[in-house]
Amino acid sequence: MTVTAVLKDLQRLTLTIEAEFDAPVERIWQLWADPRKLERWWGPPTYPATFTKHDLAPGGRIEYHMTGRAGDQAHGYWDVLEVEPPRRIVLRGGIANADGTPNTDTPISTIRVGIEEVAQGRTRMSIENVFPSTEAMEQVLAMGTEEGQSQAVSQIDAILAEETIQR
Amino acid sequence: MQIAPPDFDPLFAALADHTRRDIVRRAISAEEGVLELASHYPMSFAAVQKHVAVLERAGLITKQRMGRRKVVRTNLEALLVARRLLDQYEELWRARIDRMNELIAETAGAIDTVDTKESKE
Repeated sequence: MTVTAVLKDLQRLTLTIEAEFDAPVERIWQLWADPRKLERWWGPPTYPATFTKHDLAPGGRIEYHMTGRAGDQAHGYWDVLEVEPPRRIVLRGGIANADGTPNTDTPISTIRVGIEEVAQGRTRMSIENVFPSTEAMEQVLAMGTEEGQSQAVSQIDAILAEETIQR
Repeated sequence: MQIAPPDFDPLFAALADHTRRDIVRRAISAEEGVLELASHYPMSFAAVQKHVAVLERAGLITKQRMGRRKVVRTNLEALLVARRLLDQYEELWRARIDRMNELIAETAGAIDTVDTKESKE
């Protein structure tokens, strides 16, 4: 198993996932630093990501969109808060409009990436996702699903209905 | 019946405080009233009452009548929604990590000579 730890904090709405790879630190760093590599893993095959801007420097900006089979596009952005090659990235961002500008009606979440060598040629990456609200999680999740955004919007209602029935 | 507030932001702002999180934990068993809850904390009854009010407004707890008493009860549905979403988010990242692994396996052995940091838009 590559994933070595998963930590969920329900009350702080934080997911931390840790994985180990049989590759040196620099190669793992390139998964984030090279936009052509980044777009090969960010989106699922059904919703591939395209990074149109990738300025991985403090104060820089990353812009991307994900394209569904029907040609529909979901846009996202990250503001780069901290970068320490090849071991640390802090990003803050969310949903963007079609022109790449942040959609200010939607909440902002934070990703902290840590990369460290655990042995020769073996690298651990930890990714911490912090969400301001369950609504923010819903929106981000909706970007990577085949069903698209419309279904995910109604997801909370479905979950709540289900929990009610179980009571 | 309104089972959760339509706006979830106040819900998690309410949970940003340590005492309030502790109240939510204690109120899962729905055995204590505000007075009993207050006895657990080194602060005034009024201060605890204020915390309870914030949690109540956020939809995280409700006061329930038990005979002559009123007990504070945690609204578990709100927390369950958060858990379900975090589970989905875990799946999303697991799939990404799988794709990272494939990408690494594909380029294994090949030495990256191109300094991609130099590539400009």
